Amino acid sequence: MTPGVPRWLLLPAALGAAFVLLPLVAIVARVPWGDFDELVTSEASREALLLSLRTSATSTVLCVLLGVPMAAVLARTSFPGQGVVRSLVLLPLVLPPVVGGLALLYTFGRRGLLGETLDVLGVQVAFSTAAVVLAQTFVALPFLVLSLEGALRTAGERYELVAATLGARPTTVFRRVTLPLVLPGLLSGAVLAFARALGEFGATVTFAGSLEGVTRTMPTQIYLLRETDADGAVALSLVLVVVAVLVIGLATRGRTAARGLS
Amino acid sequence: MTRALLALALLLPVGLVAGCGGEEDGTTLRVLAAASLAGSFEELAEELERTHDGVEVQVSSGGSTDLVAQVREGAPADVLATADTATMDVAVADGLIDGAPRTIATNVLQLAVPPGNPAGVTGLADLGDPADPPDLDRDVALVVCAPEVPCGAAAQRLARAAGVVLSPVSEERSVTDVLGKVISGEADAGLVYATDVRAVGDAVQGIVLPEAAEAVNRYPVAALADSAEPDLAREFLDLVLGDLGRQVLRDAGFGPPGPPS
Repeated sequence: MTPGVPRWLLLPAALGAAFVLLPLVAIVARVPWGDFDELVTSEASREALLLSLRTSATSTVLCVLLGVPMAAVLARTSFPGQGVVRSLVLLPLVLPPVVGGLALLYTFGRRGLLGETLDVLGVQVAFSTAAVVLAQTFVALPFLVLSLEGALRTAGERYELVAATLGARPTTVFRRVTLPLVLPGLLSGAVLAFARALGEFGATVTFAGSLEGVTRTMPTQIYLLRETDADGAVALSLVLVVVAVLVIGLATRGRTAARGLS
Repeated sequence: MTRALLALALLLPVGLVAGCGGEEDGTTLRVLAAASLAGSFEELAEELERTHDGVEVQVSSGGSTDLVAQVREGAPADVLATADTATMDVAVADGLIDGAPRTIATNVLQLAVPPGNPAGVTGLADLGDPADPPDLDRDVALVVCAPEVPCGAAAQRLARAAGVVLSPVSEERSVTDVLGKVISGEADAGLVYATDVRAVGDAVQGIVLPEAAEAVNRYPVAALADSAEPDLAREFLDLVLGDLGRQVLRDAGFGPPGPPS
């Protein structure tokens, strides 16, 4: 028997759960089950779902490639102004996504900071799938950095110190000790990042635009479908929810397995 | 002490939320207007407030479909003005409207280009070829509204009338999104309404399209069936349809309502 929680916590906890679940119930209640198949398997819906999965997966990989080093530097080193750097890196969490999209536009857009450089290199980000990935990575990266940095701090440096005193080089320590130790944290961070990328909307419409098969992801498709077919939008939202739940479920399993290994 | 703090913490949000309601002394007329009408309606709302003591007019603007959805879900409102007749027809069919909607203004599409017109766009012919199906021909990056929204439906009518197949790089959900892409220079041209071009001033240049007369957009207005202030709603409609209303709408770049259709 675990110690449990004080009983008075149960009421607010139940209220919180109801607050999150009731809207979900309301959505399910509105789904037009009769036409569900037709709505969900339409050409536009399938294109949007595939595009969402593809871009979110790519963004998650980018988040891992960039976020793991960031989290390691933030958790394992100290330098002047580190607190400020951490706050700035987490900025996309509080920035309204539409503003994030504008910021990306001012950076990677045709007339942006890097626009001309990219143009010379022959890279056109505007209205391309790459722009969607950039927008998703921008908003999702802090989720990975935040959860991985937490995991690194909780894991502590004991094992790393031992490995180092036994003669392991920094790279070996990082690869053989640090990473396996925080693998569950990395996985849940990646899942959070994926989920955030999947739901990303504001930065995408502002920065990437909306064209079927190229930049129109599920959230954008849902938003647009609402104009003519609110029921269809609801059905499509449900698909997005189910996909997200499946991914989170799979990753939780993976996480449990990873914990068993470490 | 801890207990008291806890109780306070639990009650505080309730108090804060309750405080948001505000006092309601006089009468409030709630007007839902399509985004492009917002500026003109604010002006007319002030006029009504000036001539009616204790009356407050709230103009909420948004996409026409959003507005109709809000009314359908029970949002309190007295007057509805949409950006096209199709959206108003939905509201009529759903029994949300009191009486018959009346056209207050018309609007035509223009090509908005960034200042200086970097891509040298002169008209619809530069944007698509009658013979050319939409492909990756991206010499001119054109942004339009998606066919699902009124401005996108108008763009399609326009393209049909002109015998041009448009190949946009993006189909946006609102005029604002189209303008944003043009103002930032991401797009070389965008199809928006004449009033939108005027509203943003020097941020874009407008190119008048002769074919636009074939795809005129009508703006209907109507009182809502569930209005709590039907008399005041009627007065507002009279104001919008009257001389002053016409003047204000003309100044914003709208065309005259024309013969009833």
